Amino acid sequence: MSAVMITRKVTRKWEKLPGKNTFCCDGRVMMGRQKGVFYLTLFLIVGTCSLFFAFECPYLAVHLSPAIPVFAVLLFVFVMAMLLRTSFSDPGVLPRALPEEANFIEMEIEAANGNVMAGQRPPPRIKNVQINNQIVKLKYCYTCKIFRPPRASHCSICDNCVDRFDHHCPWVGNCVGKRNYRYFYLFTLSLSLLTIYIFAFNIVHVVLRSVDSGFVNTIKETPGTVLEVLVCFFTLWSVVGLTGFHTYLISLNQTTNEDIKGSWSGKNRVQNPYSHKSIIKNCCEVLCSPTYPSVLDRRGVMLEDLSSPTPSDASAASTHQSSNPVSQTTKSSAPLIPNEHTPDEAKPGIGSGTQKSTSSPKEEKPPSPTSPNAVAPAVIKESSH
Amino acid sequence: MAETHSLQDLRQAAVASKVFVQRDYSSGTICKFQTKFPAELESRIDKQQFEETVQTLNNLYAEAEKLGGRSYLEGCLACLTAYTIFLCMETHYEKVLKKIAKYIQEQNEKIYAPLGLLLTDPIERGLRVVEIIIFEDRSIGSR
Repeated sequence: MSAVMITRKVTRKWEKLPGKNTFCCDGRVMMGRQKGVFYLTLFLIVGTCSLFFAFECPYLAVHLSPAIPVFAVLLFVFVMAMLLRTSFSDPGVLPRALPEEANFIEMEIEAANGNVMAGQRPPPRIKNVQINNQIVKLKYCYTCKIFRPPRASHCSICDNCVDRFDHHCPWVGNCVGKRNYRYFYLFTLSLSLLTIYIFAFNIVHVVLRSVDSGFVNTIKETPGTVLEVLVCFFTLWSVVGLTGFHTYLISLNQTTNEDIKGSWSGKNRVQNPYSHKSIIKNCCEVLCSPTYPSVLDRRGVMLEDLSSPTPSDASAASTHQSSNPVSQTTKSSAPLIPNEHTPDEAKPGIGSGTQKSTSSPKEEKPPSPTSPNAVAPAVIKESSH
Repeated sequence: MAETHSLQDLRQAAVASKVFVQRDYSSGTICKFQTKFPAELESRIDKQQFEETVQTLNNLYAEAEKLGGRSYLEGCLACLTAYTIFLCMETHYEKVLKKIAKYIQEQNEKIYAPLGLLLTDPIERGLRVVEIIIFEDRSIGSR
């Protein structure tokens, strides 16, 4: 049994997170489910820039200025940094409610609804909140078992509620939400600049070279130019358009989701309660506000067994969890003390929700399955000590 | 009598119930919790004390999310370095979160644990709720 060799297999929280995200580098990287288009984006950017550095830059550095390739390199590095930051970070995922919290909310809802006659549909679960003299409706998420905060939305691709949900972008392979919106915007902005830059200098290069050796010879000497111009031409329209659209959204402090749904478009005369009524203030809030931390704690260690003597990394985790003696053991095999005292209205919906979270499969996990290991080490530790 | 309920003792105590203090969205999307006193805590703790704790937490979160010269400076500096500066530096928000964790630990030790209550740091619940665990008061024998 290979499990005997693993005496200190540590289960990190990302392995047990519900939702359909992919995790890499032991929880440091978090992406959406489908990554094919993201690889295409990477390929297009890296490929086009490589062609530019290989074909155009040597000529331009000599005939015009060496600053041209230097600036191109800086721009390229910035674009890649922003792309990776957008794709690999937590967009602002809201963790699902643990069973006790879900029960508490259910009881509150039932108390608010009063008695529903048999046969009648229960009223929709909506909370009204007044923000800045506007009534905003908070909807209940049946998957995450929470009332969604304002501006949050549930992404069906990633199966998570995301705070300040903008949209799910297949090009970056991740949701765009509160935490990574500014990186996404800077990515589109810098990519527009890079595309325009490469396109412009391609033209300049072709013109300069054609003057010397003729157009056809130029194309023969630098065949990459044709490809670059094609890619840049099509990219230009879409990326510049997207940057312009997001600049418009930022100046109004709106999300793509709200824009598409027409939440503040005046049909109901409800104005955007989050806008500061000043373009500069809105831009500052969206782009320069403090960087919000991730509330997921992907790399925290899960306490596998409460009673057995814990190894050093679990004791480090216990300083995180010291305020909660009955920690997130909903996913391990330890008996759940709070559940024995939970009010008897354990709804089947909530029970099945817990079931779902324990068995959610992950696509790109390390080969060793973690669910049996979460149980096995507890057993192995007992016998080896 | 207060010594029967230290933080260590509470680990062995049985949980009677949990109360969840929800977010207050009246000021927008900033992190703020309702100061409304939950009915379940009436027999355990002073209303004023509870409100003071929540209000201090709200003030700390407001400090973390404040839009001002400092946050703009941090944002611009980070942007210029393509956000690589955050690999070595802690963000302002993270610094305040540490302050909050210390404050909650302190409140638990001094005020809540002796009364058989325990506050959970909201960051562990996704900044959605302040979870208060109410323990059974077995030693004193009063409920």
